[in-house]
Amino acid sequence: MTTTENARKPSLPIVENFTRRAAVKGGFATLGAAAFVAAVSPLRQAAEDKSAAEFMQQHYTELSPQQKADVIARLEAEAKENYGADVTIADDRPIPGTKFVYAINLSVCNGNGKCVEACHKENNHDRDTNQSYIRVLEMPKGTMDMEKGNTTYTGAVPQDDKFYLPVQCQQCDEPPCVDVCPVKATWKEEDGIVVVDYNWCIGCRYCEAACPYHARRFNWKKPEVPADEVNPDQSYLSNRIRPVGVVEKCTYCLHRTRRGKLPACLEACPTGARVFGNILDKDSNIRWILENKRVYILKEELGTKPAFFYYFD
Amino acid sequence: MSSITTTPQPNEPNGKQSHITSYPKFIGRSLWLATEGSFAFYAWMTMLTALFLVGANAWANQVAGGMIATNMTDQVSWGLYIANFTFMVGLAAGGVMMVIPAYLYHDRKMHDVVIIGELLAIAAIVMCLMFVVADLGRPDRFWHMLPIVGKFNWPISMLTWDVIVLNGYLLLNLHICGYLLYMRFLGRKPNPTWYIPFVMLSIVWAISIHTVTAFLYCGLGGRPFWNTALLAPRFLASAFVSGPAFIIVSMVLIKRLTGVGGLDQPIATLTKIIRVTILINLLMVASELFTEFYTGGSHVSAAKYLFFGLHGKTALVPWTWTAIGLNVTAALLFLWPGLLRLRWRPLLVTACLMAFVGAWIEKGMGLIIPGFVPSTLHEIVEYVPSQLEWKVTVGIWAFGLMVFTVALKTALPTLKHPAEH
Ligand code: SF4
Ligand code: SF4
Repeated sequence: MTTTENARKPSLPIVENFTRRAAVKGGFATLGAAAFVAAVSPLRQAAEDKSAAEFMQQHYTELSPQQKADVIARLEAEAKENYGADVTIADDRPIPGTKFVYAINLSVCNGNGKCVEACHKENNHDRDTNQSYIRVLEMPKGTMDMEKGNTTYTGAVPQDDKFYLPVQCQQCDEPPCVDVCPVKATWKEEDGIVVVDYNWCIGCRYCEAACPYHARRFNWKKPEVPADEVNPDQSYLSNRIRPVGVVEKCTYCLHRTRRGKLPACLEACPTGARVFGNILDKDSNIRWILENKRVYILKEELGTKPAFFYYFD
Repeated sequence: MSSITTTPQPNEPNGKQSHITSYPKFIGRSLWLATEGSFAFYAWMTMLTALFLVGANAWANQVAGGMIATNMTDQVSWGLYIANFTFMVGLAAGGVMMVIPAYLYHDRKMHDVVIIGELLAIAAIVMCLMFVVADLGRPDRFWHMLPIVGKFNWPISMLTWDVIVLNGYLLLNLHICGYLLYMRFLGRKPNPTWYIPFVMLSIVWAISIHTVTAFLYCGLGGRPFWNTALLAPRFLASAFVSGPAFIIVSMVLIKRLTGVGGLDQPIATLTKIIRVTILINLLMVASELFTEFYTGGSHVSAAKYLFFGLHGKTALVPWTWTAIGLNVTAALLFLWPGLLRLRWRPLLVTACLMAFVGAWIEKGMGLIIPGFVPSTLHEIVEYVPSQLEWKVTVGIWAFGLMVFTVALKTALPTLKHPAEH
């Protein structure tokens, strides 16, 4: 045990030559700080691309109508500036009494991939990476085991011994992607569509890890779309050109479907395999299919409760 | 830290000054002292600074150009950063293995050096936070994660839990270390009411940080490789290998370089701890592998990819077998009773390094990547970290070692002349 006598003396030694050493240390500290500023200088360029208004912007659900209008005006101006395109960005809200569901007839789908292409164009995906929200698996007949599937098939379709399984966001009723998001940047709307606020997402990609259907895409770089290929009919929560560093997903083309149109992938499908509609509408085609066909869903055991169905004739 | 400035009894004999002025003075003095040293010390710090700057520059480029500069993809959406993050959480939790014998079993010798484990926890948590920031697509929006000003998805998102427990653990350890060192600076006996409850809390908390981090992964139903109840215990077991291993090496170095005495007994205690934890860890790995491979089915494909490669894709196989080799060899070395003899110190250090690197691979590349391969649509997209990712990672490690070195220097006077507490 140390004596109290000793313990009372401050234990850090008094340093000699204080001023000279302080000067040397100060010099090194300045040098280090300068080197650090130089090292992180690329950040300045990144900061120049982003406005203070964008940095301060609140979550979509917390914007007042006026703030929303300002944000949308700013986004339209940015589209003009960055992509040279005149676009209109609407704020399409769910129609009360609507719950959208999708179904695909696997007996009819022949794997031609027109839906994939249509999605790419409709949603202003990055041209460079040829991104799309839809993946089509070529599967051997007689199994539903995706492990036997192939997403990169080429050559003539359909192959006799194969069937084709298009997979996109299943707009789950219990969406794991929504549960895991640390900042509530993604949520489910009343019409069943799971959306992302691209101006709130922090790009942690936890939702990508959580989604069992590979439905989420990250913007690894700034999307490239030539001005004449930009789809100008946009909505804040769907196909507006996404910023770099955030996650995006299929929105059942809410900028179309909430205006009474059909999703782009459905319109593009040459075989008529796709059916879309409001399940709450008793007379709808989709309701008839769900009631009369043998319908099933993907990865049912995970309890995600998809609003996306598959059936055979 | 505010909890320290509110320490009571400001009118004790030598407490004439208020803590508001003397605490900053203490910090200033500590920093001054921490930057004093031999030529070797300056060389070490200069090297770490240089590596850190390389990392900072790489990260700045990643932010400016987008994360396309990493080799991550939509299929493998987390990579080297999150792998290191996971490992660092373990290291931080492992630091507590000093605390348990010291305070739960009243090991006197451990009392004097327990602060090394706490300082390691501080440095490791700082690195964790840096790895998370490095992994964000939009670091400029980090404030969205803050409670109140941002939008906090609590209690549903495990990531918000992680933010809470990690920052809580950081504050806890800052408080304990800050308080003990400050009392030492004032020449006072630390008042147990001001740190013992926090020390006890830190034991529970250390377990919680690693459990919550495991829940981050094992809560994802769509990822069979992670979706196992054994993940959290496995995390803890390997943390209680890597943490003590790191501390043993640090203590051997401290003894060499600074002449601090009384370290041999703590080294022996930690070695005995590793003897047990390393076996528990291997046992759990073995039982996981048994369920995977004996049952077969679709769940096994990630494990197959990890150990043998899948459809000709084998990027992880060398990592895996290296980790197994290191872990098993380290375990055998630790089981050998002679390892504790003083003349076998280099062998002990080797065994610790092996166990450390083994755990780093197992918890990092061996855990995070196979969760994504094959992807949820069973695509096999491989991932090998890019040069930029390595640079950022090395930069963060360098910074963490800097924090640890400076923290240890601050604590050196206390270690040299351990007071009663
Ligand atoms: S499919 Fe994936 S992205 Fe779509 S709602 Fe379900 S979990 Fe979310
Ligand atoms: S990437 Fe964006 S949407 Fe996805 S979990 Fe992170 S913050 Fe939420």
